[in-house]
Amino acid sequence: MATKAVRPKKRKIAVRGPGKTPIKLIVNGETHELLVEPRRTLLDALRKDLGLTGTKRACDEGTCGACTVLLDGKPIYACMALALECEGRSIETVEGLARNGKLHPIQAAFIEEDALQCGFCTPGQIMSVKALLDENPNPTLEDVKRAVSGNLCRCGAYPKIFKAALRAAELLRSGS
Amino acid sequence: MSGDFAVVGKALPKVDGLAKCTGQTKYADDLSLPRMLYGKLLRSPHPHAKILRIDASKALALPGVFAVITGKDLPIKFGIMPSSQDEHALAVDKVRYVGDPVAAVAAIDEETAERACELIEVEYQKLPAIMTIEEALKEQNVRIHEDFGAGGNLHKVVALEFGNVDEGFQEAEYIREDLFFYQGSTHLPMEQHACLAQYDLDGKITLWSSTQTPHYVHRALAKVLQMPESKIRVIAPPVGGGFGGKDDPFSHEICAAKLAMLTGRPVKITLTRDEVFYTHRGRHPVLMWVKTGVKRDGRITAMHFRSFLDGGAHGSYGVATTYYTGALQPVTYKIPHYKFEAVRVFTNKPPCGPKRAHGTPQPRYALEIHMDKLAEDLGLDPVEMRRRNLTGPHHVTVNWLKINSNGVRECLEKVVEASGYQKKRKRGGGRRGVGLAISTYICGAGLPIYWNDMPQSEVHLKIDRTGRVTAFSGAIDIGQGSNTMLATFVAEVLGLRPEEIALVTADTDLTPIDLGSYSSRVTMMMGHAAIQAAEKLKKLLFEAVSEKLGVPTERLVARDHRIYDRENPAKSIAFDEAARLAEAKFGTLAATGSYWAPKKLGTYKGSGVGPSPAYSFSACVAEVECDPETGQINVEKIWLAHDIGRPINETLVIGQVEGSVYMGLGEVLMEEQEFRNRLGIHKIPSLLDYKSLTTKEMPPVETFLIYTDEPNGPFGAKEAGQGPLSPVIPAVANAVYDALGIRIDEIPITPEKVLKALEDKAKGGKGRVGPERMPDFQFPAPIKVEPPK
Repeated sequence: MATKAVRPKKRKIAVRGPGKTPIKLIVNGETHELLVEPRRTLLDALRKDLGLTGTKRACDEGTCGACTVLLDGKPIYACMALALECEGRSIETVEGLARNGKLHPIQAAFIEEDALQCGFCTPGQIMSVKALLDENPNPTLEDVKRAVSGNLCRCGAYPKIFKAALRAAELLRSGS
Repeated sequence: MSGDFAVVGKALPKVDGLAKCTGQTKYADDLSLPRMLYGKLLRSPHPHAKILRIDASKALALPGVFAVITGKDLPIKFGIMPSSQDEHALAVDKVRYVGDPVAAVAAIDEETAERACELIEVEYQKLPAIMTIEEALKEQNVRIHEDFGAGGNLHKVVALEFGNVDEGFQEAEYIREDLFFYQGSTHLPMEQHACLAQYDLDGKITLWSSTQTPHYVHRALAKVLQMPESKIRVIAPPVGGGFGGKDDPFSHEICAAKLAMLTGRPVKITLTRDEVFYTHRGRHPVLMWVKTGVKRDGRITAMHFRSFLDGGAHGSYGVATTYYTGALQPVTYKIPHYKFEAVRVFTNKPPCGPKRAHGTPQPRYALEIHMDKLAEDLGLDPVEMRRRNLTGPHHVTVNWLKINSNGVRECLEKVVEASGYQKKRKRGGGRRGVGLAISTYICGAGLPIYWNDMPQSEVHLKIDRTGRVTAFSGAIDIGQGSNTMLATFVAEVLGLRPEEIALVTADTDLTPIDLGSYSSRVTMMMGHAAIQAAEKLKKLLFEAVSEKLGVPTERLVARDHRIYDRENPAKSIAFDEAARLAEAKFGTLAATGSYWAPKKLGTYKGSGVGPSPAYSFSACVAEVECDPETGQINVEKIWLAHDIGRPINETLVIGQVEGSVYMGLGEVLMEEQEFRNRLGIHKIPSLLDYKSLTTKEMPPVETFLIYTDEPNGPFGAKEAGQGPLSPVIPAVANAVYDALGIRIDEIPITPEKVLKALEDKAKGGKGRVGPERMPDFQFPAPIKVEPPK
């Protein structure tokens, strides 16, 4: 079962810095070499250094879920992880979902069910749903509610997000 | 209006959903420019203090810092309302709330800008802080604004009497008075306010900002920077949630522009989450007193309503808010004699302003509980009590508001029936309960914020020789779906699909005026302008096609990408070909549409707040499950019927209703914008501690749309984004009473208050938590207004 805000596993990280230090991040299957201060969060590295602005900065303190990305397949708040901690590990963001010009079924379901209003929390919601469906292709409504319970939506699109997640599960199971 | 629409009223996806689901949508903070600097604001740590000295030399000496500005660099005041020009971009002489901006820095990165703010030395002399409505009413020596307001710490005082309430109360067979308090809450859009300013050497400023009102920001920038409006361009990228929190021009927008001018480099300022809480402009805390006279059968003979608004440190939209706490009561209920008195005070807290349903959820909360209490006193059931007082269609209220379509009765009957309200009421057992409430909202403020006779919304439309249609509108999509509305109106008239219409929006250089995304005005006003522009272009297309096919224009129809003969549909021309024929005949194809709201009926001072082209209506039943041990209230289900006139897009309307329910539940159960007394510090400025509903608390919502085909609405439409919020709050309060027999006359209904009321009840008390008395305040003699005949 996917749970929210899984912190990266405690790993030994070599002491780096002070000052900018070179790291490699593997984002959506692509390896990027960048130079960041050790205090750089994964969120800022994605947004500011790599220009991947689909991941949103809404609270920057691990309370809202708008910056949810997948780290080795688990959903994490990118604002609560240091870029250094994520070196060499698989990072998935919303930009990596659509392949060959085709939407991921979760994205298609969000559009079809109108599971968004302003869209600012949407990338985070979609990534949380992805983590859920990767582990559990046949979730119940309660599973969905729990999987996105760490993703706030101030537009109150929750009922439609539930529908979209269940619809996406259906699409994925039918292989479309 | 015929129901034969091709795209209007259908459940279609949003036109901008794809970009938002793939991360392609660029919000203000997603933008960056070469050589861009980052700006930060230094904010006051004191709620009220004189500024004795500011020394920025250490900050300026820090490597990576490009500029520091203070109040003396931006001395001209501004404010959203012409009558409330009481703000400085950066404090001059004194600060009025914790979080009041004092200085701004531009630096190479955010970290350096933050460090520079810490190095700015400010010497303050603390002044006594005014923290409550009562203190503000009493305090004469300490004034938050020396040169502004209605004396002392009063911002605005209103006293109006429609008809003769004394006479009305004499006719009454029963009179009841109640007191209520509605706590303030904040919008908390997921997207923090952000802006990016660029200054070109030819003297032009461009500002990208997450604002609901680019036009008003444009005007404020011109005023404070003392530049001609033609030298300023304001662009609103898609906004990540507004709810009224991005309706004002803000300090950070002006500072970013000024810093860009000084440094010659682009400057971006993105507020932190903490700063968003202090920037506020949210729901006013309001203390209310209502007295109503009724006949034995429940009919209202007179009502006297008083509100005391805690405005925070600035005017903002407060004058309008003050009037709104009294304007719409007579829109749902026939009130033959009505007196309304209100006072808005300044306090040393972040300014309050417009939040979703601006100034009307507070009095609606009071009124709908008051109606239930009256019903109980009279031995009537709450549904019948309301039925006997409802307004109808084509009605002019006692305060001169003109209602056209009115589906309030259908809304009420629908939710009562669907929820099984009558059967579920008074089940006893002290756990489950149901509650009912109704409400109304405007479909666009009838008047612009600053007085002028120009249209409130305009649309430009062009068709090029590929057959591509582009719509230009100042309207700004904040998630409510205005882009989809614009595209749908144009597509319907021209026989195309909404997703095919190219949109250029919210750019003061490229688009004509739309006043902004507030007061539920966009579908109504932009809709009419869009239809008008599209009809003009359709006429040109039809003339060209008529000539080609030899069919009179009256017989032509535009649908499914074709223009064809109604009597012989096979005789047709494809839309793009028609565009080329029309361009050959008339030259470049472009048209405009403009909308002016109908003139208001009232002529009294204050009659500008409340008039609208139309009014939406809603009714709500809430079912709750209460735990008397813990005081916890769980909302099990919401039934909500909304008189939409006609939905332009049913899917989006349901989204707006569900979103309104979500926000209403937050306000009634948990949200509180609370400050530490004397210190003026926000108690919980984080998304974790400021409680809001998560997916776990969101109940199922059953929505019913009531069609009334509003004669003033575009294709019969009315608003959906704000009205459905208001009835949710009293419906939950009434449900808690039904379950536990306690009255929480002070929202939010927290477990603490529930337990306190239960304890009071167990001791033989009334089982009520709420304000006990009105503050001492002498309202002036009211302006007497003769009601309509």
